[in-house]
Amino acid sequence: MPATTAAPDSVRDNREKMLERAMSRHNYSGDALIEVLHAAQELYGFLPPELLKKVARKLKLPPSRVYGVATFYHFFSLQPKGEHFFQVCTGTACYVAGAQELLNVLERRCAKAGCTSPDGKVSVQAARCIGSCGLAPAVIYDGRILARVTEKQLNEELDRIGVS
Amino acid sequence: MTLDELIERQESERERQRKLKRRILCCTAAGCMSCGAESVRKAVAAEIQAEGKEAEMEVCGTGCMGLCSRGPLVRTSDDGALYGNVDAEDAAALVSEAPAAYARLGVKRIDTSAPFFTKQKKIVLAHSGEVDPERLNDYIAAGGYQALGRALAEMTPEEVIAEIRKSGLRGRGGAGYPTALKWELVAKQSATPKYVVCNADEGDPGAFMDRSILEGDPHLVLEGMAIAGYAVGAQQGYIYVRGEYALAIQRLQAAIRQAERERLLGSRVFDESFQFRIDLRIGAGAFVCGEETALIASIEGRRGQPRQRPPYPPESGLWGQPTLINNVETFANVAPILLNGGEWFASIGSGASKGTKVFALAGKIANTGLIEVPMGIPLREIIFDIGGGVPGGGGFKAAQTGGPSGGCIPAEYLDTPVDYESLAAIGSIMGSGGLIVMDQASSMVDVARFFMEFCMDESCGKCIPCRAGTVQMHDILTRILQGEGAPDDIEMLERLCVVLRETSLCGLGQTAPNPVLSTLKYFRHEYEQLVQPKPAAAGGES
Repeated sequence: MPATTAAPDSVRDNREKMLERAMSRHNYSGDALIEVLHAAQELYGFLPPELLKKVARKLKLPPSRVYGVATFYHFFSLQPKGEHFFQVCTGTACYVAGAQELLNVLERRCAKAGCTSPDGKVSVQAARCIGSCGLAPAVIYDGRILARVTEKQLNEELDRIGVS
Repeated sequence: MTLDELIERQESERERQRKLKRRILCCTAAGCMSCGAESVRKAVAAEIQAEGKEAEMEVCGTGCMGLCSRGPLVRTSDDGALYGNVDAEDAAALVSEAPAAYARLGVKRIDTSAPFFTKQKKIVLAHSGEVDPERLNDYIAAGGYQALGRALAEMTPEEVIAEIRKSGLRGRGGAGYPTALKWELVAKQSATPKYVVCNADEGDPGAFMDRSILEGDPHLVLEGMAIAGYAVGAQQGYIYVRGEYALAIQRLQAAIRQAERERLLGSRVFDESFQFRIDLRIGAGAFVCGEETALIASIEGRRGQPRQRPPYPPESGLWGQPTLINNVETFANVAPILLNGGEWFASIGSGASKGTKVFALAGKIANTGLIEVPMGIPLREIIFDIGGGVPGGGGFKAAQTGGPSGGCIPAEYLDTPVDYESLAAIGSIMGSGGLIVMDQASSMVDVARFFMEFCMDESCGKCIPCRAGTVQMHDILTRILQGEGAPDDIEMLERLCVVLRETSLCGLGQTAPNPVLSTLKYFRHEYEQLVQPKPAAAGGES
């Protein structure tokens, strides 16, 4: 399953082995590229160039194809993510309920949508509709859905995690 | 498992449930989960244990109960009561049989004789909120897998397709293509292997029907796919599900494992010669993958870019093989149709739109949530009776259906019946079922810009009209909103709409102009006010 944060330390040492296992489960088939990239991102938190090259070699695909797929889908990130990750839903219901104001707060205090704050603390993303329209505006914060988020709540949470 | 064993299992599970004094059903769909449903469920389980009532009461998590705005929701089976905004401290009262408990819970009780409940008709969502999606036996007790068992034992593939034809079922993904026609096309192909694909890449902003179905009743979709596999002669199915839907993925994986263990999927289904496997493919965040040829490319591990059709997927789909692609809700209708007969289904709905449609109500509406209504119901009844109207005194302005491919419906068309043809006639579409209500404070030009921004971001870039056209239209809309629009900007927008609609490669580009066209049609004055700003201020914007 796609994770939004990097794997814990205990898993980290085994990452290479686990990625190998994910690829062998699919018989190193090129058709399984997206599944393998999901697994790789879950293990490493993001997809650095060396990792993409390695996947290309193992699945016997041209690196251009692997890079092409990794950059096509929003889910894959070629940059490391921050310590905390805010995904602000920008579906219609959330948009009508003020998602833009939440993004403005994050941009003012941390980073623009799609970027990570310079201190590496917070990554911000404008997510496509997460299908929680009854909870608008919704934010996925480190993998948890927060409902009916206000600017005040968001500011308080940023204070709590030490964003100046 | 054989069909007889299945019916026996149904009886024994029903008997077990009947013997319980009370089942406490906690909604554990994503909406309620995010406002504390899990802690309620845990607290109730602990309370049952503390009271030593394990033999007579049980707590289970269920799929979406519909009224998401009042979550977390809990239902008690003995009296059928539904409670809203429940918290962990209510656990003792939920388990207690003393009258005092009702005093505490009384204020949280939701009136189920309200139009929100009585005006709905549930086929697809019949089990949602009633069964535990993580327990196969719950689904079996509700009659699950009997449609598949009966089809394999008593019907030929042709008879299955004939039953679907009789029902008049049309695709619920948005376009409304007759389901039986698609099945026939795949069935008559001689090439093998064939594939069945469930499109669960629900991407319209403001739509969460498919996700709720998958979370609340995953076996219903699996059963529908297996029946389709039998009807068209396929042995392998794929569910292409959005990566964002973690809970749905987890429940689908569990459901597939359970069904395979009981021989309801896999090799020798029901001990018959039929075999059918289902695998998940997790999407990686690209709206265009809802388009069928892009979805196929993505399952094959490539960039999700559409290709020219024909050939259509029934002839040449996954790996060039005949492929049936239906939406989640379409598959969810299959088992009920076989169980109750095509005529029963055709008796619900109106005109050429049979059965029910699930809608996700959101935006400026009192009862946000998930509803299922018979086709042909007037929009007014959905918004004002079921939805409870527009809160905050702002007043109704428009309803948006069909997401970025749909349109905005103004107040004067509120009496339009909700069916494929009527909605198309007023410039919107049925779409997959997102219905977002906007009040007077919403600027329609801003709404059009919002959808255009979405299409611009999601355009895959393969064809120029969509790749460049959406950017141009977005720029013009932004300029207009900033009060810097030129008088001929509206005319330019209209011309671009035609270019995109007529020359784009796939549905994304062809329908991207719809929100602009429909707002231009019904709210043109808002555009005009903005391009010719009065000295005072630009009106219409909030």
